[in-house]
Amino acid sequence: MNSQVKLMKNNTSVWQKFGPLFALILLFAIITVLNPSFLTPLNIMNLLRQISINALIAFGMTFIILTGGIDLSVGSILALSSALMAGMMVSGMDPILAIIVGVLLGTIMGVINGLLITKGKMAPFIATLASMTIFRGLTLVYTEGKPITGLGDSLGFQLLGRGYFFGIPVPAVTMILAFFMLWFLLHKTAFGRKTYAIGGNEKASRISGIKVDRVKIMIYGLAGTAAALAGAILTSRLNSAQPTAGQSYEMDAIAAVVLGGTSLSGGKGRMFGTLIGVLIIGTLNNGLNLLGVSSFYQQVVKGIVIIVAVLLDRKKSA
Amino acid sequence: MKIEMHNIYKAFGPNEVLKGVDFNLEPNEIHALMGENGAGKSTLMNILTGLHKQDQGSIVINGQETLFKDSLDAEQCGLAFIRQELNIWPEMTVLENLFLGRELVNRYGVLKTKEMKTRAAEVFSKLDISLPFDKEAGLCSVGEQQMIEIAKALMTDAEVIIMDEPTAALTDREIEKLFKVMKDLTRKGVSLVYISHRMEEIFAICDRITVMRDGITVDTKAIKDTNFDQVVKKMVGRDLEDRFPQREASLGGNVLEVVGLTSGGLFKDIHFTVRSGEILGVSGLMGAGRTEIMRALFGMDTVDSGEVRVDGKKVSINNPAEAVSAGFAFITENRKEEGLILDFSIRDNIGLANLESFAPKGLVKVNDEKKFVEMMVKRLNVKTVSTETIVGQLSGGNQQKIVIAKWIGTSPKVLIMDEPTRGIDVGAKREIYELMNELTNRGMAIIMVSSELPEIIGMSDRVLVVHEGKITGELMKQEATQEKIMALATGGN
Repeated sequence: MNSQVKLMKNNTSVWQKFGPLFALILLFAIITVLNPSFLTPLNIMNLLRQISINALIAFGMTFIILTGGIDLSVGSILALSSALMAGMMVSGMDPILAIIVGVLLGTIMGVINGLLITKGKMAPFIATLASMTIFRGLTLVYTEGKPITGLGDSLGFQLLGRGYFFGIPVPAVTMILAFFMLWFLLHKTAFGRKTYAIGGNEKASRISGIKVDRVKIMIYGLAGTAAALAGAILTSRLNSAQPTAGQSYEMDAIAAVVLGGTSLSGGKGRMFGTLIGVLIIGTLNNGLNLLGVSSFYQQVVKGIVIIVAVLLDRKKSA
Repeated sequence: MKIEMHNIYKAFGPNEVLKGVDFNLEPNEIHALMGENGAGKSTLMNILTGLHKQDQGSIVINGQETLFKDSLDAEQCGLAFIRQELNIWPEMTVLENLFLGRELVNRYGVLKTKEMKTRAAEVFSKLDISLPFDKEAGLCSVGEQQMIEIAKALMTDAEVIIMDEPTAALTDREIEKLFKVMKDLTRKGVSLVYISHRMEEIFAICDRITVMRDGITVDTKAIKDTNFDQVVKKMVGRDLEDRFPQREASLGGNVLEVVGLTSGGLFKDIHFTVRSGEILGVSGLMGAGRTEIMRALFGMDTVDSGEVRVDGKKVSINNPAEAVSAGFAFITENRKEEGLILDFSIRDNIGLANLESFAPKGLVKVNDEKKFVEMMVKRLNVKTVSTETIVGQLSGGNQQKIVIAKWIGTSPKVLIMDEPTRGIDVGAKREIYELMNELTNRGMAIIMVSSELPEIIGMSDRVLVVHEGKITGELMKQEATQEKIMALATGGN
């Protein structure tokens, strides 16, 4: 068995391990009873596609929060890399190559965050608050505040956001692949162990010979990559790059990670939890829409769900 | 205050910590409470001061059965508990710390700073300490912080003060002061419970002694009716041969050479060598620069100049990761903050320093790791149910063994141990000494920094003495005596 699952067995209660899953099942049940069209294959596929962007961002965010950090800039990274990709496509670059370059640029943006935090010794909140504004500003400068359209009709590019693979939306397939890759990275490799260790006790990790700075830079780079990949999917789905894309996406991602039982102080949490967290938020959005709840109330409900989840978590673990 | 605790039982889950303990405290006495780590001393005192509730048994105070609601209730009734883990708010000033939660205010809720300063000054003069009131507590030495805690307890007009290892971080002079204050207090009707592993202190200051073992009271005696050997025997439940195992060092060539290491105001021109198979003791007063030298060697702090050679080759060490690959391992004096991740399992902690060997290609080979960790736990005789136990739940001695286990796997050439047995009971201490012998027999070089002179003399093949950032002397095993070391450590000849 893998180590972190065992580790969780020791220092978390049954609620912390399965609570979010129970909550999700309950949510599914309630919405289905209120509106049976929720639990149809068509809607579930819809749901999976809807959550894929938040999922990718939240997977990267999980690593960051496990080290005790935070990344507020992911939404801006999504927007800037999306704009750059679109710009490259418009200027005639091969769309697939443009996406690859765009995702790598996202990696670099994440690495910049990592450098500010480790070498610049800035608090992650401050560093990424600043880079959030900078990346957003650059997006507006680059797009001149207007959407970039006319991205051509390359099949590969269109499939990324709009295609189906054996009946499953391609964004959902991407999300599932990313989940397994990152699950493996977090729970089966030395890199994953180091991620947990840094969040558990950074000082002790450093003294144990872990190159803490390097691991952190890689993790922020990973989060940047994931955000840029989400940006590529969004660009394909909208067939354009929007200057205001991804605004407040960081909040949904952080909410998903926390709903999934990962501790904001680091060291405790699981990839699977984040997946459940993403599903809970997605189900709320999708379900409340089906039930005809106004989007204003949806925000209120989402906030209340987060508070209840965290309160339960605290109560059961005390 | 007269306290009688009868037949106290307490279990945490399946773990029975106290199994029928009797303890009584007379007015005006200093009562030593001794026992190995995990014997139940802290739990007993936590019950007395209202933090935990006993499952069975009674507490009678001045003839009246008492059950405190919580620790505040106990404090208001005159029981103060100075814990081993200091309750200091590092960002607040000394004065703010002293009055935290019981600030003196006028009827509009405004702080009466002047009065607080007057009261604090009274207590400080009683303790003979001079600390600026507006200094940030975090900038005070650990010894000074300890004194702040003691001053805090005195200001509550406590009738009973419980001290858990109060001298662990104090210098000899501070200890002397503390003892004087303790004696004064008993004359004023205060009684003290004194928890310590330092036998010399117990016999110097206490009136009576209660020894606990495995959750029961073994014996209570007047100090004058017992002796060192008897107490140790009762604590460990068997005859303990010597405190230090026999040591026959077989020395090899120089593994480590340190040449002219200098760092700002911390230490200057440090030269020394360590041979393979050798234990080099490093002695000196607190703050002399011993730990700072070791931290610099391990790449935790930078140096201004100097050279470090391992096996004759110059190495450049800028961070702990480079130190580890150069063959160093460092067991710091602060195992809870720097040695362990307390809420991770034994396996995760031991694995931490060994990830390179269990995950050569990045993928952790969990089975190899498990086998290694289980072997280590067995060999070091760690008392635990499983290797998945959370390290924070182990006793101090067992935690220290985990830190050692963590490093043995990396097969270091030079193992630096800073206060390797601080806060650890006699039995576990000896096990750690035996382990040190075993490691040096296999050719490892050990640098042992210690404030305990008997330990330095009992275990070192050679002793370096540090005074104010300089090495003031080097003594071979045969010539090392407490007097000589102290003379060098205080700057004498």
